[in-house]
Amino acid sequence: MGKRIGVEVSIAIADAVKLARAEVIPAYPITPQTHIVEHLAEIVANGELDAEYIPVESEHAAMSACCGAVAAGARVFTSSSSQGLSLMSEILYIPSTMRLPMVMVVANRAMSAPISIWNDHQDIMVQRDIGWIQTFAENGQEAVDLVLHAFRVAEDRRVSLPMIVNIDGFTLSHVIEPIELPTQEEVDAYIPPFKPKRKLDPRKPVTMGPVGIPEVYTEAKVAHDHAIKNSRKVILKAWKEFADHFGREYHPVESYKAEGADTILVTMGSISETAMTAIDKMRDEGRNVGLVRIRLWRPFPAQEFRAATKHAKVLAVVDRCLPPGAVCGPVGAELRSIFYKIPGAPKIFSFVAGLGGRDVTVERFEEIIDKAEQYSKRRPKELYEVIGVREK
Amino acid sequence: MKEVRLHGRGGQGAVTSAELVASAAIDEGKYAQAFPSFGPERRGAPVAAFIRVSDKQIRTREKVYHPDIVVVLDSSLPSLVNVADGLKDDGIVILNTALDEAGVRKAFGLKCKLAMVDANTIAREVLGLPITNTTMLGALLKATGIIGTEALEAALDRRFGKLSEKNKAALKRAYDETKVC
Repeated sequence: MGKRIGVEVSIAIADAVKLARAEVIPAYPITPQTHIVEHLAEIVANGELDAEYIPVESEHAAMSACCGAVAAGARVFTSSSSQGLSLMSEILYIPSTMRLPMVMVVANRAMSAPISIWNDHQDIMVQRDIGWIQTFAENGQEAVDLVLHAFRVAEDRRVSLPMIVNIDGFTLSHVIEPIELPTQEEVDAYIPPFKPKRKLDPRKPVTMGPVGIPEVYTEAKVAHDHAIKNSRKVILKAWKEFADHFGREYHPVESYKAEGADTILVTMGSISETAMTAIDKMRDEGRNVGLVRIRLWRPFPAQEFRAATKHAKVLAVVDRCLPPGAVCGPVGAELRSIFYKIPGAPKIFSFVAGLGGRDVTVERFEEIIDKAEQYSKRRPKELYEVIGVREK
Repeated sequence: MKEVRLHGRGGQGAVTSAELVASAAIDEGKYAQAFPSFGPERRGAPVAAFIRVSDKQIRTREKVYHPDIVVVLDSSLPSLVNVADGLKDDGIVILNTALDEAGVRKAFGLKCKLAMVDANTIAREVLGLPITNTTMLGALLKATGIIGTEALEAALDRRFGKLSEKNKAALKRAYDETKVC
């Protein structure tokens, strides 16, 4: 096992991509993802990684080059954020239904307007339905571990799907913290070489990405849907093997003091650490509260989530995204769906917090839990509430 | 857990200082975080960087609102920025200044515990540059003992290579000359 060092999370992610032996890295820099691709460019230029780094002219070109490179049989990595990720949008649906595995780290950032370079989850929720497997990291160590896990899962022939690892922009990407990077031998033992079932080869020509006439389009989409649902087993097995190899355990959802808790806070991403501190404080004050964090966002782990919250009376769900005109944030909507008409289901209250870099503090989490408990006694007027809005 | 805020101007190395302290603390087996004030930063403009050091795992992603320690790299900043903003009651402000204690208290209205060193002069004489980030780390060591000298020197060696000796000399001289009051 490697040494525990103080390193910026973005740099550690780039080092993890090097350890995973990425072969083609088409990338376009955008804040706050920049340090990841800059460091990768450096690693490739220094000859430390035998890869093709393609400094493309836009994110649209980045994702197009990614697709081409995977189709030709290469192990591919890229990274983006916010407006850049949206510029990829046209292409993002293509590798998933075409079953072209690759790994992308999204350093989550708000969407304009107004212009914001700061963190929330609106960029990735725009891309919620692109059909990629998606995970959310809580800290730097997890970001590194999820990147290694992503290569292992994505390229598994039973999966063969692209994967996104979400890390909070700035609040994770720009923080120096203790991270243990595994050795090359350990990573080689965990991630086998990429052997696609078929690839573009002039000696054995195949057609990839042809038109899907009405007679086949539905079947292609259903096949994709089956593939991502079936990927669950491989995702879980790869996490189990990760624990065997590296000693750190990961699950689709993570519980913190949630056993027997009446009210459970639900979070995704790095705010979960502050949320744990809030739970500790409230537990010390005698409150029966806990936390469940969603790590695997797609395919959504409905079964595991229901199991983790089965004794709860109230769920206080925190979304980092405000979809104007919707009934609530995307995580809240997902949870309301999985509990619909389930006997004894908890009451679910949806909150939006931490938009565009607004800090979500311990006090904010306490406010969210307090409000959810009040609303469980007296139904609120609205289906969701935005926390911490300045009135003047 | 100790929380530190560093004030500097873009280009003076506040972020580098924060990184050096955090990585030294991690090398000592502690837990630490270092991060910049998130945003578009410009050379010469006032900037801040933050450090957390703890014996236990750090479970917060909040900004630093109530620092235990404030380090000011640039002598012109205390008249522009409220460097003691949110400082804990028993907190300390460590200043780069040529003034004495009475002069500092009068000029900037600071009532808290203080540590002072003329880092501009030291950096100019030892490094040949008015870049005070590593010099001010000497003052931080003297005033707080937040990390050990050995671990910090190792972090400087790693970061600066050949230039490390000069930086260590500036740090040492600042350590010797820092007055805590």
